[in-house]
Amino acid sequence: MLRYTLLRIAGAIPTLLIVIALAFLMVHAAPGGPFDDERVLPADVEANIAKAYHLDEPLPQQFVRYLGKLLQGDLGPSYRYRDYTVAELIGAAFPLSLKLGAMAMGLALVLGVAAGTAAALNRNTALDRVVMAFAMTGISIPVFVIAPLLVLLLAVKLQWLPAGWSGTSGATRYLLPVVTLALPQIAYIARLTRASMIDVLGQDFIRTARAQGLGGATVIRLHALKPAMLPVLSYLGPAVAAILTGSVVVEEIFGIPGLGQFFVRGALNRDYTLVLGIVVFYATLVVAFNLVVDVLYGVIDPRVRYR
Amino acid sequence: MNRTVRVCGGILLVLAAVAIAGPWLSPHGYADTNFDRLLLAPTFADQHFFGTDDLGRDLFVRTMLGIRVTLLVAIVASFVSLVIGVAWGAVAGFVGGRVDAMMMRLVDTLYALPFIFFVILLMVAFERNFLLIFIAIGAVNWLDMARIVRGQTLSLREREFVAAARLLGVSTPRIVLRHIAPNLIGIVIVYVTLTIPQAILVESFLSFLGLGIQEPETSLGSLVDAGVNQMEAASWMLLIPAILLALILLCFNFLGDGVRDFFDARQSR
Repeated sequence: MLRYTLLRIAGAIPTLLIVIALAFLMVHAAPGGPFDDERVLPADVEANIAKAYHLDEPLPQQFVRYLGKLLQGDLGPSYRYRDYTVAELIGAAFPLSLKLGAMAMGLALVLGVAAGTAAALNRNTALDRVVMAFAMTGISIPVFVIAPLLVLLLAVKLQWLPAGWSGTSGATRYLLPVVTLALPQIAYIARLTRASMIDVLGQDFIRTARAQGLGGATVIRLHALKPAMLPVLSYLGPAVAAILTGSVVVEEIFGIPGLGQFFVRGALNRDYTLVLGIVVFYATLVVAFNLVVDVLYGVIDPRVRYR
Repeated sequence: MNRTVRVCGGILLVLAAVAIAGPWLSPHGYADTNFDRLLLAPTFADQHFFGTDDLGRDLFVRTMLGIRVTLLVAIVASFVSLVIGVAWGAVAGFVGGRVDAMMMRLVDTLYALPFIFFVILLMVAFERNFLLIFIAIGAVNWLDMARIVRGQTLSLREREFVAAARLLGVSTPRIVLRHIAPNLIGIVIVYVTLTIPQAILVESFLSFLGLGIQEPETSLGSLVDAGVNQMEAASWMLLIPAILLALILLCFNFLGDGVRDFFDARQSR
């Protein structure tokens, strides 16, 4: 198990390097620099600025410098938010995004697995069809369409829930953002669970358990659920990526001051370092989560470990 | 082809036809502002079928323009992802061995990434223009295609007709072009139909955030964004583009599923 874990960690490092290099290259391959403005600066001033930010060095050297600083948790200063470093901005904004994302992920897992299992157990009934129709809709229609429609219905027309974030407090303001963030994931997980549950229920060991006289619920709980959860577990990595993407939209729509909103503002303001820093941060997060999922997979399924 | 596929295909064809002909028949231009008619509700008078926005621009024409962009992105981006995906997958599958392992390892690596953020990074670094957006979207959506094509090529490579061609001294590029590629067409069609909604999704996501198509040009994503800002005063500004976008995405998804079932059924026969 230790060997397996170490191998996985060793495998994640080149991935991370490729990702950082890719992001770094994209920003530096762009025509023009961050200080190109309408106002033309004297040549020596420009040279001094380039020197201060090490923009006069060859690209590989700049990359190594960036990596070195990255290891110390230094993502450089923000170009637009004066007096703040990118790391400070991420540190300030991320906790709220994390909270929303974790709630959405928990909701998606519970509801998705429950709905998928229910559909699998009642195959080809009305319940199954309703769940699958919902799943298709949830997968097809993006968060930025569902969220405004829910706000229009529940907040503007019926006035049951607050539409925005600021000016309200308490638990109700979490409800709409978390639900809209979770919806596509509920749909996806429900579909995955249904397919793999149907697959597992057709296996011999389930028939054996039934033949030994175990009741329906017990068979599901003790024998079917664990193997049926494996595809869902490997979907968790992509799910984190999807929730990060969704959080950008949800934070924008509800006006939540999380990292996603900083990211969009940074992109609109062409704040190179901030956007690069957040992309590297997000990518690291996703790679790390995939690593955790890989290791968990090994814990749950011994077949994977010895391959 | 079953009924869902036919209905969805029909809806998409009608939408495409209206989107192409509509702006041409309407008396209004997509960028014409009219400050006497701000936030007009949908009406038949003066052909403001979908009302007007907060600058008095006709929303019917703008929505049709948005559908055009959406369909255009679907075509261009899917084509880009088709070219990259097929080339990558076919080379990996045909060459095999270490090259294959390395190429597919890269695909696995890229697979796990939140790719949309890299597209946004590109948008920040480069000037935003139509073509770049389309190519960038295509460039991030080729991974599925590469995987599928590689698997198919791998099994085709071992077939007798390839061995026969090789014995007859046919060159490798020619084998790939004449003997492998034609056998990939079915599966490639299936995955292109499944790539289309993804491309549309990315484009409208970017435009929604204001990072995609720029004013006064528009796309369904930007229209939804504008609708969000006006939803309390003018709910039609949100409802019409949101419902149309949802409809288009649902239709392409059903179409993709249907086409896949069609080819699956044929292969298993």
